[in-house]
Amino acid sequence: MTDYEAVIGLETHIQLNTKTKIFCSCKADSWSDAPNTNICPVCSGLPGVLPVPNKAAIEKGMLLAAAMHAEIQPLSYFDRKNYFYPDLPKGYQISQYDMPLARGGYMQLPLPDGSVRQVSIHKLHIEEDAGKTKNENGLRLIDFNRCGVPLIEMVTGPDLRSADEAAQYLTRLRQLLRWLGVSEADMEKAHLRCDANVSIRPKGAAYLNPKTEIKNVNSIEAVREAVGKEIERQIREVEAGHKIEAWTLEWDEDAGVLRKMRSKETEADYRYFREPDLLPVRIHEEWKQKVLSKLPELPLERRNRFINQYGLPEYDADILTGDRSLSEYFETAVKTYSGDPKRVSNWLMNDVLRMLNESGLTADQLKLTPQFLAEIIKLVDAGTINNNTGKNLLEKVQQTGRPPAKLVEEEGLARVSDDSAIRSVCQEVLAESPKEVESYKSGKVTLIGWFVGQVMKKMRGKADPNIARKILEELLG
Amino acid sequence: MLTLQEVEHIAILARLELSAEEKERFRRQLSAILEYAARLQELDTSGIPPTSSVLPPRSVLRPDAVEPGLSVEELLKNAPRSENGQFRVPPVLGLE
Ligand SMILES: [Zn+2]
Repeated sequence: MTDYEAVIGLETHIQLNTKTKIFCSCKADSWSDAPNTNICPVCSGLPGVLPVPNKAAIEKGMLLAAAMHAEIQPLSYFDRKNYFYPDLPKGYQISQYDMPLARGGYMQLPLPDGSVRQVSIHKLHIEEDAGKTKNENGLRLIDFNRCGVPLIEMVTGPDLRSADEAAQYLTRLRQLLRWLGVSEADMEKAHLRCDANVSIRPKGAAYLNPKTEIKNVNSIEAVREAVGKEIERQIREVEAGHKIEAWTLEWDEDAGVLRKMRSKETEADYRYFREPDLLPVRIHEEWKQKVLSKLPELPLERRNRFINQYGLPEYDADILTGDRSLSEYFETAVKTYSGDPKRVSNWLMNDVLRMLNESGLTADQLKLTPQFLAEIIKLVDAGTINNNTGKNLLEKVQQTGRPPAKLVEEEGLARVSDDSAIRSVCQEVLAESPKEVESYKSGKVTLIGWFVGQVMKKMRGKADPNIARKILEELLG
Repeated sequence: MLTLQEVEHIAILARLELSAEEKERFRRQLSAILEYAARLQELDTSGIPPTSSVLPPRSVLRPDAVEPGLSVEELLKNAPRSENGQFRVPPVLGLE
């Protein structure tokens, strides 16, 4: 039997998080607004209006282009893509065709086996979104709120080799978009939409077979599932001696099946031509440098730096760079702590992450600042407080926003290492537990842990458990 | 001269339903228009860069600030049919 490999390319549409639409001053985000409430003569396609591009949308496009290592074009044009559909009020979509905002580019996608897949993109262009068509009780209703919301379209080369890789690319893209602050990248809200082109070929072959296009895959899990099913179907067809036809398929999320769609217009049918109502976009060097000066270190670069500079395991580095503010939090804490970065990572990944998940806050919103976290770890290292007290202190600092050292002092949380104080509590515990003392003495030495626990409880966790254990063993021995 | 199939294809793109008589008439009319416009191709334009705008080479951009637009009532004023603040359109639209 032949061994096959999949050849997958993804076409993504990214909704930029500008305040206003691409060519008019209507509010762009209508997620919680009633239909047709964020519209104006421009975006509803009334005659005689003139579109004016949103500077912020172009700048966000430039940032994304630079992050994808694409070449920002000094001159790009808007074009009309003509087709008739009820949610497209003008009868054309303003897009960019042969002179896009940026050309080329790639993402270095890290794979779970440690290798890196270079995923290319041909071009990156800006366009406007269409409205929404809804079917309600047999009625077909149109909402124009989404008309004119800025989108970036990015199409990858046929560089992905499995359904998992397709899902990983989208995960990394979503991370990048949020990191740059150019899109909320919430797939549930269709901020990030994806069509997948899928074909198969014998493993290692260099040619491309006819592909199918899967539309409407709008979550990372859906991409994994839909692409996986399509690869299986194509292998079955080819094994049965059939040819793969260039179908357009629609993913039915609820049923978990792919359905064949009627073929749409071909490229020539869109009759692209230059948008006569808009001037070209000219990006001079000075503007470009100003915008790109805001380009942060990228998530994958930072991930690799965390591994190299701080000696973190890949797993830690991945999680700590999952979110930009978390990665900044980590670095600030490491700098203040000035000890082993892995120790900071452990505290972050065990306790601070849980705090973030439970509260829904981002790292930069915590009252437990990275400086306070570092201070708490130092207090534990110095033996001023024990580990448990340290963990409780995280919560207390988060609740009050007060410095850890102050709280330790005020609440008397410092560890008691005074032997005599611990000794008297140990004697108390033994006197109160004759049965346990008896079983200990008859050989059940594992009870020592229970005795230590009782002492710690009485001392509200402030005793040094090692000292308590030594004294207890001495008293019982 | 355009073929009948070409006329039918253009009609589908424009979402128009044409009678046999209309198809034939538009075939003649569209062909005449195309032939007239084709006369431009007799000009030698080699060496002339495509001109899509004669305006000065600069970008005119808008700050990202929200301004009020139309009310739902205004928007729907010319709609042949509307329902729940939305346009209501026929369910079947030919090629989709
Ligand atoms: Zn508008």
